[in-house]
Amino acid sequence: MGSHYEAPIRKPLVTGNKSYHQITVDVARPIEGSANKQWWIVFGISLTLFMWGIGCIIYTVSTGIGTWGLNKTVGWAWDITNFVWWVGIGHAGTLISAVLLLFRQKWRMGINRSAEAMTIFSVIQAGLFPVIHMGRPWLAYWIVPIPNTFGSLWVNFNSPLLWDVFAISTYLTVSLVFWWTGLLPDFAMIRDRAVKPFQKKIYSLVSFGWSGRAKDWQRFEEVSLVLAGLATPLVLSVHTIVSFDFATSVIPGWHTTIFPPYFVAGAIFSGFAMVQTLLLVMRKVCNLEDYITLQHIELMNIVIMITGSIVGCAYITELFIAWYSGVEYEQYAFLNRATGPYWWAYWAMMTCNVFSPQFMWFKKLRTSITFSFVISIVVNIGMWFERFVIIVTSLHRDYLPSSWTMFSPTFVDIGIFLGTIGFFFVLFLLYSRTFPVIAQAEVKTILKSSGDNYKQTRDNHVK
Amino acid sequence: MYVVSNNIKILSLVLVVLGLLGIGYGFYSSPKTIEESKEMIASMGHDSHSHDSHSSHDEKSYNSNYDGDHGHVMSHDEHVFHQLANRPWAAVYVAAFFFFMISLGTLAFYAIQRAAQAGWSPLLFRVMEGITGYLLPGGIFVIVILVLSVMHLNHLFIWMDPEVVEHDKIIKAKSGYLDSTFFLIRAVFYLSGWVIYRYVSRRLSIAQDNSKDNKNHVKNFKLSAAFLVFFLVTESMMSWDWIMSIDPHWFSTLFGWYVFASMVVSAVTTIALISIYLKSNGYLPNINSNHLHDLAKFMFGFSVFWAYLWFSQFMLIWYSNIPEEVVYFISRMEDYPLTFWGMVVLNLIFPFLILISSNFKRSNWIIVMAGIIILIGHYVDVFNMIMPSAVGDQWFIGIPEIGSIMFFGGIFIYVVFSSLTKAPLEASGDPFNTESKKFVYPH
Repeated sequence: MGSHYEAPIRKPLVTGNKSYHQITVDVARPIEGSANKQWWIVFGISLTLFMWGIGCIIYTVSTGIGTWGLNKTVGWAWDITNFVWWVGIGHAGTLISAVLLLFRQKWRMGINRSAEAMTIFSVIQAGLFPVIHMGRPWLAYWIVPIPNTFGSLWVNFNSPLLWDVFAISTYLTVSLVFWWTGLLPDFAMIRDRAVKPFQKKIYSLVSFGWSGRAKDWQRFEEVSLVLAGLATPLVLSVHTIVSFDFATSVIPGWHTTIFPPYFVAGAIFSGFAMVQTLLLVMRKVCNLEDYITLQHIELMNIVIMITGSIVGCAYITELFIAWYSGVEYEQYAFLNRATGPYWWAYWAMMTCNVFSPQFMWFKKLRTSITFSFVISIVVNIGMWFERFVIIVTSLHRDYLPSSWTMFSPTFVDIGIFLGTIGFFFVLFLLYSRTFPVIAQAEVKTILKSSGDNYKQTRDNHVK
Repeated sequence: MYVVSNNIKILSLVLVVLGLLGIGYGFYSSPKTIEESKEMIASMGHDSHSHDSHSSHDEKSYNSNYDGDHGHVMSHDEHVFHQLANRPWAAVYVAAFFFFMISLGTLAFYAIQRAAQAGWSPLLFRVMEGITGYLLPGGIFVIVILVLSVMHLNHLFIWMDPEVVEHDKIIKAKSGYLDSTFFLIRAVFYLSGWVIYRYVSRRLSIAQDNSKDNKNHVKNFKLSAAFLVFFLVTESMMSWDWIMSIDPHWFSTLFGWYVFASMVVSAVTTIALISIYLKSNGYLPNINSNHLHDLAKFMFGFSVFWAYLWFSQFMLIWYSNIPEEVVYFISRMEDYPLTFWGMVVLNLIFPFLILISSNFKRSNWIIVMAGIIILIGHYVDVFNMIMPSAVGDQWFIGIPEIGSIMFFGGIFIYVVFSSLTKAPLEASGDPFNTESKKFVYPH
């Protein structure tokens, strides 16, 4: 896109002296080859977790929500924590594909495909929780505004929970369309290389008859920009509306106006951490170090550091304003978070989310692969605790001290959560074997401006 | 090198003189005693401004959270007198803050460009540095007003009045933070941090022009990243101190970021307007419609971002309807319906409809028109943040307000254009300068 000139001080985004053909071969390799032992081991573990989760879901649905650790004071706990956690992780995909596209960040091209895949898979996990929580999931269609003759009451448009239904389903749809649009030329590439008739048939179906004519490309670029324009407000809206679920209430600790942008920043933070976790493994396993370079990892670490600091600023703002407001319930909610029985959750959140990303100020650390991997896991844990802290510590000591209580998860709560992790990895592992995991058509467009060999030639020429 | 034209000099001088007259008139005509204020209210009648018919003489609707309910009995007349006496002060303060905010927003936008190693914007660095030339004088104006408030020359910040604090247990509880001395120390601390960054970054930027290596550029990059951290914290605190505390009972965690949105959209608009002006006078030869397109996209994007934060803050408070919080919006919706809702039209609906088109984003006169609307809209936003708490329903956009805009606008124009003369208009040594020159938006 745009001018092909690039300042010499910018680092190359494709290394290893690649040609166009070499890119094709590198991206097609994991699909055309067969899975190795590690893949089967990880897939086996994930599938087991997934099956365990399904068992717990069946138990919940057939017996009732009473199998969870909820009580009458803490009516929302792990279910909503997991829901928000997964939705948040889903944010990085659209941020990378849409926002970074609008900002013309070429480095998004090495990572966007997997980030978008991650988005879709994690939104699926998120969507499971409200459905299971309904208790009677076979009536899930009641959340849709359909005529009363279908047996439901008309939905309550005043409720942010309903806005969530619209926000998340729109988000899933647009992300899917965006993802698939980008995949068309890459699927076509696999189709054209396929030797077996069955593979050829499948990849022709999913590539929607892509022909590679100039007209196809022109439409492709236009629709990408339009979708990016639509998806950008959508990224903001999804977690904004998730935050409204809490902030429209009058619960101390939930009702605070900074929630919408702070939730969005936190979502991008956790999403990038998950992308980092997945890609650090994938680049190694699929031999993609030339496309997901150290430069990509460093930039992702910087995004993690920035969003972590914004989240930290929001924590401190909430803390200060709770004191400044003079509202004693608000003050107690925060005192209780930091020093009450759930202090460990609060300090785990603070350490993981605010303190740990600050290491990324050091170039040595943010370009270390092992360290990046550790921090990405730490941030994922921290962001789970953040949601737990917001939800459970705000509820467990309510306005009536006689009903103060604690929440402890049952094996079903834990099982369903582990099950979604299993499900997520099952999907991701299948994806990594069947989909072109690098947006090769897009990477080819930046090869001449950002490939190391071309940059080198240009530099020599200038000298 | 750029030379300030005589037209600019005359324009700024005329604005300053007219502005001073307007401000002087505002102070001259404001009541000095309670008696005078009573007469003024009586002579105003009911048709002088639109909101009068609505609630102006309904005593219960006055910021009832301040007087009465904590045992401090301030008569209605005394209250109105304070509000009327505040009006010229508030008018000056709104305009002083507005122009300062443009400069501070530009500084933040500039730091973001540097820290992000943006490739499109280095051609605009000198324009941005010119606008931040107003940071120090503009900041001093604001701090002088704050010092005068601490010296009890006005009642803008009622928490500075020990009498009020004595009878108000809510303010009393915050007096550890809302303390006049601490307040001024903080103000000086924020401003010095911002000014130091501006000074050092500008020096490095000029040094890079004739330098053989990129050392200055790298230093500036690191400095800008560090500044952004400082700014993230101090910007929020500044907005609590300088604006939110005018209404000392009210609080909103989003407030700082909301003020930032207003700040940055006004800043980008000003960058665009000044670039277009310089370009049309034959300067900035390498700036073209591609750069304007990007600026206009930021004007569009930040306008929507502003609306997002405005809506988030408003909707959450309106929806929850907690009396302590919702009173802020009730007083604005009842006493300031025109500016409160008008602001949303000016700041969201107009820029959205005008700037959504690609072609329009590349057209000078459309950017200028949209830019003027955006700047008016964000002046009104600052007005809405400060006035209701300072003067209650005794508001009007009249001679004192317009005079203040002219006065600070005149100084702003003079200072900004003279800083533009002090360095070449193109940061030619910047390693991204060529990228910025060759930058083409696929149109």
